[in-house]
Amino acid sequence: MFDTDLSHKALEIRKKTLEIIGKLGVGHIGGSLSVVELLTVLYYKRMKIDPLNPGMEGRDWFVLSKGHAGPALYCVLADLGFFPEEWLLTLNTGGTNLPSHCDRVRTPGIDMSTGSLGQGLSATVGITLAQRIDGHDNWVYVCIGDGESQEGQNWEAAMTAAHYKTDRLIAFTDFNKMQIDGLTEDVMGIEKIEDKWASFNWHVQRIDGHNMVAIDDAIEIAQGVSGRPHMIILDTIKGKGAAFAEGNPGNHNMVFDIKTAREAIDALDAKSGEAI
Amino acid sequence: MDMRDVYTETLMELADKDDRIVLLEADLMNATGTRPFKAAYPDRFFDVGVSEADMVGVAAGLSAAGKIPFAASFGCFASRRVYDQFFLSANYAQLNVNLVGTDPGITALFNGGTHMTFEDAGIMRNIPQLRVLEPSDEVSLRKLLPQIAHWPRSVYLRLHRKGGWSFYSEDETFEIGKGKLIREGSDITLASFGMVMLQETLKAADLLEKKGIHADVIDVLTLKPLDRELVLASARKTGLIVSCENHNIYNGLGSAVAEVLAEDGVPARLRRIGCQDKFGEVGKIDYLMETFGLTAAHIVDTAEALIGMKKTA
Ligand SMILES: Cc1ncc(C[n+]2csc(CCOP(=O)(O)OP(=O)(O)O)c2C)c(N)n1
Ligand SMILES: [Mg+2]
Repeated sequence: MFDTDLSHKALEIRKKTLEIIGKLGVGHIGGSLSVVELLTVLYYKRMKIDPLNPGMEGRDWFVLSKGHAGPALYCVLADLGFFPEEWLLTLNTGGTNLPSHCDRVRTPGIDMSTGSLGQGLSATVGITLAQRIDGHDNWVYVCIGDGESQEGQNWEAAMTAAHYKTDRLIAFTDFNKMQIDGLTEDVMGIEKIEDKWASFNWHVQRIDGHNMVAIDDAIEIAQGVSGRPHMIILDTIKGKGAAFAEGNPGNHNMVFDIKTAREAIDALDAKSGEAI
Repeated sequence: MDMRDVYTETLMELADKDDRIVLLEADLMNATGTRPFKAAYPDRFFDVGVSEADMVGVAAGLSAAGKIPFAASFGCFASRRVYDQFFLSANYAQLNVNLVGTDPGITALFNGGTHMTFEDAGIMRNIPQLRVLEPSDEVSLRKLLPQIAHWPRSVYLRLHRKGGWSFYSEDETFEIGKGKLIREGSDITLASFGMVMLQETLKAADLLEKKGIHADVIDVLTLKPLDRELVLASARKTGLIVSCENHNIYNGLGSAVAEVLAEDGVPARLRRIGCQDKFGEVGKIDYLMETFGLTAAHIVDTAEALIGMKKTA
């Protein structure tokens, strides 16, 4: 049912992400793989969207503030038909519509241009306020990184969102415990992260970010709480599902080839019992 | 040697002699390559995480209390993201904050338009009295860093990060605010800013030479203050000048050259090679050089067009 179908989807997206970055030879694999389950629940279960009409009035929105995870989102959007699959093979090559960081001008289905960390949450607050003015009862989702959370603008946006009671805004922190220079708690600790958001008057939950039932349940709970914006902290693993990336301190922006990607893909297939 | 390694190595030599030297990073230590500094001087190294504005403010405080900070990030963030903090806490307050913006222009490569800074030097040029430099090779970087550290006020250093080039000889001397006439001709002046452009400009000068056109080649090294006399003397001689920059043509080298030419009334025609007011995009270096019109061939075409205009004038 929901669980098996979605698990299958998440597996496909994870494999595709490995493949397109591996084909290019370099990319932000770590932070792309840690959001796969979140993207799967949002795009295949939760979001009201129309691939043939990406700008549809009253649709749900998603801002990938940690814009460097674009490759994973591109795999989802291509699979849903926002643009042709072939585009995926142009990832990050000259003239592409799929640049390393999300770009609302170039890519159908991308709701906001991001890549300079810390800016996405403010934009999401603005989108949410506009939806309210226009009388829509849709949901506006955003994902920020744990390292990204160090940018002060997030906390300015946190106040604005709470002050204006943007309860249609559901934010996620991809708490994969790593940034570029090392472990997040070593570089610039952000714990207790739930307490920080709660003290800014947000409704906060913290769950296993690779458990899609838990993600879906948390969204359900968030949607039932009014008057406050929502933060769902996702405990995740950077590079999740690829042995060469998981736990590797250099897994932020990795150089690896298609052979390495294929090995990781085969391992995922073997693990899921789907190997042919 | 990568330019970033020259940066780290030179700062470590300086730090050894001068305990006021401190380094700051904002989660790009691994990119800037300053980990060896952290290992050698753990008490004088601060990684503030992904918070560039905070980094520059902290650097200003360190300077106010007598330290000599170097703070680095990708040039896009070390300029746009921190402009007010750098303007006010560092420059208006007359402190010595050495702000380092790496990956200039097209060298942002796969990071693409969000990171491809064609505007950093330009906006920095607008801060009163700020020194804005882009050393063009390993030698100039190594020799300018001590001067940058000991210049009593702030500096913006545009730093080519990956890849190196030893163009100048080890006994060459450099000075903030002084450019170099590195090749002498009589027909046209090619003025260049930064490593990427100096390499192309020299190639262009060779190609022009084969066509019987002799070019003056100037490596400006310091964008602000521009070495006015050097540029004007060459422009007076040749009457034609092409500015070459891995930056938007607005408010960078092309603008600076136009200003001094116009103010001085030198009757020289100017054409500007550089990003023609576009946003950056992803790609390999060759693609980007071509897309933004920065190759030796573009410089040659532009130079020949100028010479053609002079002949018909
Ligand atoms: C303003 C800004 N500063 C620096 C960077 C460079 N950068 C890209 S990703 C990253 C680390 C982000 O860590 P995190 O948010 O934890 O991302 P994830 O682990 O999910 O990849 C940094 C410093 C940037 N993109 N934007
Ligand atoms: Mg992280």
